[in-house]
Amino acid sequence: MVSSDACRGIVADDENDQSATKDAFDVLHYIAGVRLARGRLVVVDATNVQHEARKGLIDLARRHHVLPAAIVFNVREELCLERNRSRPERDFGPHVVRRQMQDLRRSLRSLQREGFRYVHVLQTPEEIDAAFIERQPLWTNKKSEHGPFDIIGDVHGCTTELERLLGELGYVVEGHADGAWDGPIYAHPAGRKAIFVGDLADRGPRILDAIKLVRNMVDNGSALCVPGNHDVKLVRALRGRDVQITHGLADSLAEFRALPDELRPQVSTAVCEFLDGLVSHYVLDEARLVVAHAGLIENLQGRSSAKVRDFAMYGETTGETDEFGLPVRYNWAAEYRGKAMVVYGHTPVPESEWLNNTINVDTGCVFGGSLTALRYPERALVSVPGERTYCEPAKPFIPSTEAATPLSAQQTHDDVLDIDDVIGKRFVRTRLRGTIAIREDKAVPALEVMSRFAVHPKWIIYLPPTMSPSETSTRPGLLEHPAESFAYFRHQGVAKVICQEKHMGSRAVVIVGRDEDAIRRRFGIEGEGGICFTRTGRRFFESPDVESALLESVRRAATGSGLWESLDTDWLCLDAELMPWSAKAQDLLREQYAPVGSSGRSALEAAIAVLDRAQARGVDGQLPVERFAARITEIERYVAAYRGYCWLVAGPSDLKIAPFHLLATEHGVHVDKDHGWHMEQVAKLSAACEPGDGMPQIMKTEARVVDVTDEGSQAGATDWWASLTAGGGEGMVVKPFDFVARGSRGLAQPAVKCRGPEYLRIIYGPEYDEPEHLERLRSRTLGRKRSLALAEFALGIEALERFNRREPLRRVHECVFGVLAMESEAVDPRL
Amino acid sequence: MLLTISTTHEPATDLGYLLHKNPDRVHEFSLSFGRALVFYPEASPARCTVALLLEIDPIELVRGKSGAGDQGFALSDYVNDRPYVASSFMAVALNAAFRSAIAGRSTHRQDLAEVDIPLVVEIAVLPSRGGDEFIRKLFEPLGYDVVTTHLPLDDRFPEWGESTYYRTVLRITAKLADVLRHLTVLIPVLDGWKHYWVGDDEVEKLLKRGEGWLASHPERDTIAFRYLKRRRNLMRMAVERLTEEETADPDEVESARDEEEAKLERPVSLHEQRLGAVAAVLKSAGAHRVVDLGCGEGKLIERLLKDAQFERIVGMDVSHRALERAADKLHFDRMPSKQRERVELIHGSLTYRDKRLSGYDAATLVEVIEHLDAARLATLERVIFEAAKPQTVVVTTPNVEYNVKFETLEPGTPRHKDHRFEWTRAEFERWGTDASTRFGYAFRAIPVGPEDPNVGAPTQMGVFTLSN
Repeated sequence: MVSSDACRGIVADDENDQSATKDAFDVLHYIAGVRLARGRLVVVDATNVQHEARKGLIDLARRHHVLPAAIVFNVREELCLERNRSRPERDFGPHVVRRQMQDLRRSLRSLQREGFRYVHVLQTPEEIDAAFIERQPLWTNKKSEHGPFDIIGDVHGCTTELERLLGELGYVVEGHADGAWDGPIYAHPAGRKAIFVGDLADRGPRILDAIKLVRNMVDNGSALCVPGNHDVKLVRALRGRDVQITHGLADSLAEFRALPDELRPQVSTAVCEFLDGLVSHYVLDEARLVVAHAGLIENLQGRSSAKVRDFAMYGETTGETDEFGLPVRYNWAAEYRGKAMVVYGHTPVPESEWLNNTINVDTGCVFGGSLTALRYPERALVSVPGERTYCEPAKPFIPSTEAATPLSAQQTHDDVLDIDDVIGKRFVRTRLRGTIAIREDKAVPALEVMSRFAVHPKWIIYLPPTMSPSETSTRPGLLEHPAESFAYFRHQGVAKVICQEKHMGSRAVVIVGRDEDAIRRRFGIEGEGGICFTRTGRRFFESPDVESALLESVRRAATGSGLWESLDTDWLCLDAELMPWSAKAQDLLREQYAPVGSSGRSALEAAIAVLDRAQARGVDGQLPVERFAARITEIERYVAAYRGYCWLVAGPSDLKIAPFHLLATEHGVHVDKDHGWHMEQVAKLSAACEPGDGMPQIMKTEARVVDVTDEGSQAGATDWWASLTAGGGEGMVVKPFDFVARGSRGLAQPAVKCRGPEYLRIIYGPEYDEPEHLERLRSRTLGRKRSLALAEFALGIEALERFNRREPLRRVHECVFGVLAMESEAVDPRL
Repeated sequence: MLLTISTTHEPATDLGYLLHKNPDRVHEFSLSFGRALVFYPEASPARCTVALLLEIDPIELVRGKSGAGDQGFALSDYVNDRPYVASSFMAVALNAAFRSAIAGRSTHRQDLAEVDIPLVVEIAVLPSRGGDEFIRKLFEPLGYDVVTTHLPLDDRFPEWGESTYYRTVLRITAKLADVLRHLTVLIPVLDGWKHYWVGDDEVEKLLKRGEGWLASHPERDTIAFRYLKRRRNLMRMAVERLTEEETADPDEVESARDEEEAKLERPVSLHEQRLGAVAAVLKSAGAHRVVDLGCGEGKLIERLLKDAQFERIVGMDVSHRALERAADKLHFDRMPSKQRERVELIHGSLTYRDKRLSGYDAATLVEVIEHLDAARLATLERVIFEAAKPQTVVVTTPNVEYNVKFETLEPGTPRHKDHRFEWTRAEFERWGTDASTRFGYAFRAIPVGPEDPNVGAPTQMGVFTLSN
């Protein structure tokens, strides 16, 4: 309830300050407007006795397409005066009250005309006390109907096809109606409900039958129907209005003329009553579904006004006409972002296609196309072909083959994303970790990286999360040790983990299609057979030849291992490590790692030479001779450590790829499978890979399953880790055996890394394990890193799942953009 | 990490008096970043060598209060060459260990401190991004004989190229104090990086250490510029004071610097011509509201602001840092409010549809498209021609045919490292014609810069005009 007095109080600290009236009403209108925009009820408490005062409110209601109702307190003048006397702070004098009473009485007659849909007048205190307010849902509001539904496109008198379609959908004739509505009553034995998107009339051969059939279903409660423009025009024609007899109206009128004289008036009246009584659109299933003849934009859904009705029935036009002389329609679906799925018809399309969660089910049956139904919530399409072309369309609705784009409407639409979907503070809802906030300042660098370096967003259906190390070890000489990794999962209540060999290369996401067609169909990218990109969405290889060799290697392995068939897919997405490190980190090695080795060795050698000479002279004081001898060993070991991850890449066959997750294929995101399954798939690929023919090799990732409550099991894995790292390996990654594991405190880390002591030289510096250095390095905090890892993991999986649900690209993109934004956060890069 | 100074001036052990350090003892100095040792590997009457050995604490560099935090890339990481090379740390250590000697004072041998003696300085690892040539350029004018040995980067991987490190031997007969002062200035200059915040007092320090030699050094400006770590206003102050009598214009020095940085194209003339041509097209198109896409540091905006025809000028860039620099260079803080109202800078991208770009008469993309992968051009086209849809679109991009005219440019390499493609005139024409047809524009190409009969002009400009 917004009251003008309260608004006066807000703006002027005094509810009685009449000088604040104008400002107070500005505030009142603003609040009311915002509430209406948000779909809330607004009750305005003000005297509202003058036409001008009410006009502002009625305009506001119209602007927001809601119905205004007036509750009038028309009580005796004496009572008003008496009440006013009891409010000494409002001593306006009786003449004010009297004038207001006059205004009120004068207004009473015109309220309805002014635009109030409902007017309730209360005359006495008793009536006021007895009154109660009950809100009636609007006719459009069918939120409590949850389906399942079968939403059927424009029928246009194609009753034969409709009967066949209903049959295919499982509807049966359950009874028979008499009189004007003489005809069968269809219903679904399982209680499904049909929803007709309108345009039952005109053009086709059995128009009246179609109207009767639908009316009988609606009457029986087995269907809903919204009106189409043809239906409304037919009513006007039947009622003798002056309408142009075009676009197939003549066919409808002919059927009426052919009725026996004694039946005609009755049928005509019944048809008019039925069609005229149809509600512009329906909002169904907790507002998850909207059905309107020509579709409906979000802010008109569930609202009521002439504009709502017009949009729902005719759509909007841009004011231009096309080469066929037809109005150019405003493509509202291209800009649709509403939460509700919108199903509509009106404009025939060759095939029903999803675009931004909207779908047109008018497949032009009467023009020789088909009659289509969308099953809801299954999202499956069921069609029956039209028996013949009953009517020639004004413009061909089936595009000629050369004009046809090979991409779907959604794919074409997704070529360009909107900047509003990525910048500013954003909240992304994820299945795994609820709503994740993306900070505005983090989106800034992400936008730059995405725009300047990343591949086309259509490719980026996933970006890998960061990974935290285990807690710091307190064992002498060590910073990380498996014991802490196992302890982490044990404390999370996750008993079964998998330890995977950690390859030291660069993270890569690989998407491979069985052929270019597969990629075009699923990703909407033409002329490419797959891609390999980095953790920031950048193309991994500059050379297209190297990339295609890698893709071909994976493709052949998938073919050889029968993976396409076993997973019923023609594309796959892998999470992998690509070796050698030097392939991607060339600059880093050249500008950071190798220089440290080079300068370190030279400087230490020179220092040791002068120290030795001074020592030989026998100077007075302590010279750090031993310490420098140790330092040179450390720098040598550092050089050996980074060199182990480098080799010359003369051609693609020098590359190795080690996939460790088979993230997604055509029929699903495989996070519901455990890591055992993933390792198995990867092993199959590796086994089917035939190295040595100028293509990269697919490596198997060594792994072992560990029970973190079992001493022996842990000891075995620890030995394994020790031998891996002693052999120059980076270390291992410990993951819950299940891909997604919920621990005692919510989602557990998807992976924790445990790196070997030699590897850590290239992270913490050549001399990090000197005792006085190690002691200080032990204090490190993992909290931020771990919460980022979880958020990024949830976002990455969410992106894949949205892609799998075929949601618009912007919905996938906001997730991976979020991962990138989070990665721009300043966290200790050594973790 | 290690620097030695030797002399053969007999008795050579007098070096100990000059440095105030007894040759028979080890001297230790504690520094914020670790410690320095001074000792003598040899000390005979014929020859005496002092060693300054630095032990930098790598953990303290990252974590400690003296750590430079996010100042430079190397220090933000434990894996860096700072503990091993001669750098500003060495300069600080020299100053701490030999304070009196640098001041030219010697308690016991003041006469020796004031005469030239033969000295050999050996620096174990001296970094020089400008190669050994740069080391020579700095030391030879001061009378040094310079011998450098290039250190290998990694002999296992010759394909990684050379290191930037040199074992360096400098020979001179000079006053010890002068040599120490040369070293404290020139070592950080060669390294091109400082571990501490360069404040106003740094100018004083440079002037003091450079007294008597810096003003006449042929590399004076480079030395001042690099010593002050590219803080231009500081550099300007220093150069002004150094050249009191010579009246050099500091802005000239600055633009000389710009010229040095961009090697090709002779940026002043070609870039100016490019902006001039773009402005001329906008003017004749009658544009009042212009959006400069990929505005960078705002050079075009600056130009358009001078013409009242352009009532509204919006610059957009994907780099937030570029926008900050643009705001700086355009002097937003001091701009009169009437002017300020005409211009706005926004952060945005050419690969995302953006409603903020609608409603302009003209859009310009000056040397922008070539920074985008060719595969993303289709998106850019839709963002500009389909969504923003200004009356006029001006695009400039290099003409790759002209590259043969740049002598220093290796054949086959692009003009800029980030160029994803460079087009021939025919390629540009094809793209422009095709895009204009698809989106209902008319296209014409205009050469910018000196035209060569065979390879055309260095820059090509395309003008798209919306057909009605």
